[in-house]
Amino acid sequence: MKDIGLTHFLIVSTMLFFIGVYGFLTRRNMITMLMSVELILNACNINFIAFNKYLFPDKLDGTFFTLFNIAIAAAEAAVAIAIIINLYRMRKSIDAEDADMMRS
Amino acid sequence: MSASIIIFYILAAVVLGGAILAVTSPKIFRAAIYLLFSLIGIAGLYFWLNYEFIAAVQVVVYVGGIVVLIIFSIFLTAGSGGDMRDPLKVRALFAGLATLTGYCLTYYVIQRTEFVVGTQPSIGSNVNAIGAQMLSTTEHGYLLPFEVVSMLLLAAMIGCIVIAIKTRTAK
Repeated sequence: MKDIGLTHFLIVSTMLFFIGVYGFLTRRNMITMLMSVELILNACNINFIAFNKYLFPDKLDGTFFTLFNIAIAAAEAAVAIAIIINLYRMRKSIDAEDADMMRS
Repeated sequence: MSASIIIFYILAAVVLGGAILAVTSPKIFRAAIYLLFSLIGIAGLYFWLNYEFIAAVQVVVYVGGIVVLIIFSIFLTAGSGGDMRDPLKVRALFAGLATLTGYCLTYYVIQRTEFVVGTQPSIGSNVNAIGAQMLSTTEHGYLLPFEVVSMLLLAAMIGCIVIAIKTRTAK
């Protein structure tokens, strides 16, 4: 059994990314779609930290990218949930297929 | 096989198992709880890598903030008891095919690439260095992105209030 290297982390984050993509493509409820987006963003953060740890351990740039990513993800989640709650007030539903006000 | 390797595999199993259950569970509240476990596992991976500051931020912002916000919005909108509608069969099939293809392609590229591993001592958990570099205005400082993110958070906060506020004058 060899030591845990960068490749292990990259494979874990790739799996997490594509699980998130699968959820985003198949879910019909907007809140669960938002949860899939959070999984995708977290896969990206794992990549940043793993590259920083294994390839450039004397620098901090991956850490900063991850911190800014987390801040932007929090802002995105807050705005998305505000939109979802507003949509629920208008339509009494949070299915993505019922949000068709801008069609036709 | 040392304990650290076993801990890595346990953490990876928690992260991936939680993620799979979060995107397939038919009950929305359970999906949110599985997402919580997945995010805690990711914080554990950061601890495993000795990035304690990032792990703490992950726990505070994701587990303490975003998941609680998602659970509140579930209570405000969908209710937590009933099952959600199943995904369309044909859509699930093609999404599975697309993600499997993408995963195989990425796996192939990762296995082919030779990474040049750095040998310098790690400074990842040094909070003094993080703070000094984040607020420095020299060549490798991150003061400008820091200020831009603070403006973004302010704009997002005002936007949330404007979007979600109940207008009494309408109707």
